[in-house]
Amino acid sequence: MIRVQGLTKYYGHHAAIRNLAFQIERGEVIGFLGLNGAGKTTTLKILGCVLLPTSGRVTIDELDVVGNPHEVRKRIGFLPDAPPLYEEMTVGAYLSFVAQLRGVSAQAAPSRVQTAEEQMALREVHREIISSLSHGFRQRLGVAQALVHNPALVILDEPNSGLDPAQIVEMRALIKNLRGAHTILISSHILSEISQTCDRLLIIQEGEIVAQGTESELARRLGGSGFIEVDVRSPARGALDALNALPSVQNVELESEGDGVATIRFRAPAEMRPNITRALVAANVDIYRIDRVEEKLESIFLKLTRKEAA
Amino acid sequence: MRSVVLIARRELAGYFSTLSGYVIIAAVLAVDALMFNAIGLAGNKRSAEVLNQFFFLSSGMTITAAVFISMRLLAEERQSGTISLLYSSPVRDGEIVLGKFFSALVFLLVLIALTAFMPALILVNGKVSLGHIAAGYLGLVLLGSASLAIGTFGSALSRSQILAVIISGCMVVALLTCWMLAHVTERPLSEVFTAMALHNQHFQPFQAGLVHLRDVVYYLAVTYVALFAATRVLEARRWR
Repeated sequence: MIRVQGLTKYYGHHAAIRNLAFQIERGEVIGFLGLNGAGKTTTLKILGCVLLPTSGRVTIDELDVVGNPHEVRKRIGFLPDAPPLYEEMTVGAYLSFVAQLRGVSAQAAPSRVQTAEEQMALREVHREIISSLSHGFRQRLGVAQALVHNPALVILDEPNSGLDPAQIVEMRALIKNLRGAHTILISSHILSEISQTCDRLLIIQEGEIVAQGTESELARRLGGSGFIEVDVRSPARGALDALNALPSVQNVELESEGDGVATIRFRAPAEMRPNITRALVAANVDIYRIDRVEEKLESIFLKLTRKEAA
Repeated sequence: MRSVVLIARRELAGYFSTLSGYVIIAAVLAVDALMFNAIGLAGNKRSAEVLNQFFFLSSGMTITAAVFISMRLLAEERQSGTISLLYSSPVRDGEIVLGKFFSALVFLLVLIALTAFMPALILVNGKVSLGHIAAGYLGLVLLGSASLAIGTFGSALSRSQILAVIISGCMVVALLTCWMLAHVTERPLSEVFTAMALHNQHFQPFQAGLVHLRDVVYYLAVTYVALFAATRVLEARRWR
């Protein structure tokens, strides 16, 4: 669906992005991660046909964003970092305007508006003036304007920006509901959101893609085998000795101990779990739980960005 | 063309749903009527002279109103970030500019139409031809159109509406004062400045009830060039 090759954008002498290359297939939900100033917004603006690249090639459905922007724009819905809202309009009038501007006929516009409002839970504010809406509703309206013409590709730049925890949960559910109907590209600073919403991640650092793949692929690539966690009956001493005695187990650490339960975390290949269980049982340790723990997105992200900075 | 109508309709509704539109209309009508009363109706004049004076005074107000009406057109879109919505929609930059311009032109037409009570008073109480009134109003519309187009260009150059007014005002004043330069320069330069002047040579025939093709062409050309320049500014912004 999206093919990006050698994408570069200079602002004066400063390269905001350099030689980006990635590919996104139809129906995927992609998380775009990066620190402030990494080049996320510039990349999304180029994909949204708002900015033109200095060099490189971007095609969406085989259409070049520079050579054929008019056709590309019909296929995309774009939410910039600040929702582009006309404050004096009502929600319904605004969505109808956007739908028609993006090619929906005047006859079909009301039903498209209704669908977008239902998708983003905005029906109750259909007649409200936009300037009177709360921040949460404004963010949702921003997403709704990107969906109202039913585009194949939806690009959302920080859709959770400024939302409180309850609104974030709501927004997550709303975006998850879009899965399947659209290809979605989301940028966010909230790593847990990306982790829970997206199929695959693109990590950008100082204008370059430093990693891409699923969360577990990235964890494997960076951290080898990931962690195994066991809950055992306290005291943990016997379990710690038994684990340290196993040759393929490393970095054994007591995570917590209390209420008669000790949690131990260590690094070991996942297929070692039966051997570990047998070793603990042989050492007379009572096991409550043994589980594989993937490295969390936050630590993957920090590792990647630190590695690049170094 | 559909996009032009959509953008123009939304923008026009914006003028009437905010206070600024009504403030501009009220201020222009008040100042225009006061000047008409104080200057236009002063002394013993023939009806045609009063009408001539009315169009002269209204032309100044039309230019001023046009600069203020057009200040928000593109500067506000950039200021509020809504330009991203237009840029990411299947709309050409020229259509954005045209839509914005036409909305402002319709608003200005409403404003100009609301001044009609003054020529109507002259018509009722004096003796003037309808042709003179029509020619004068055609001049106001063309002068307003050219001033609005310059204002649209100024608004495209700036993110701030205040700065847009200043830029547009400077361009309009530069074109207005071309006739002064014509006086202090020699031919052929003086002829160029005379031809470029926004008001003097080109508007005076209209206020006297005369329609010359060259004046119509001049105002349409200024409108076209300014709108073309505004479009190029929007296109250039996609590179930055």
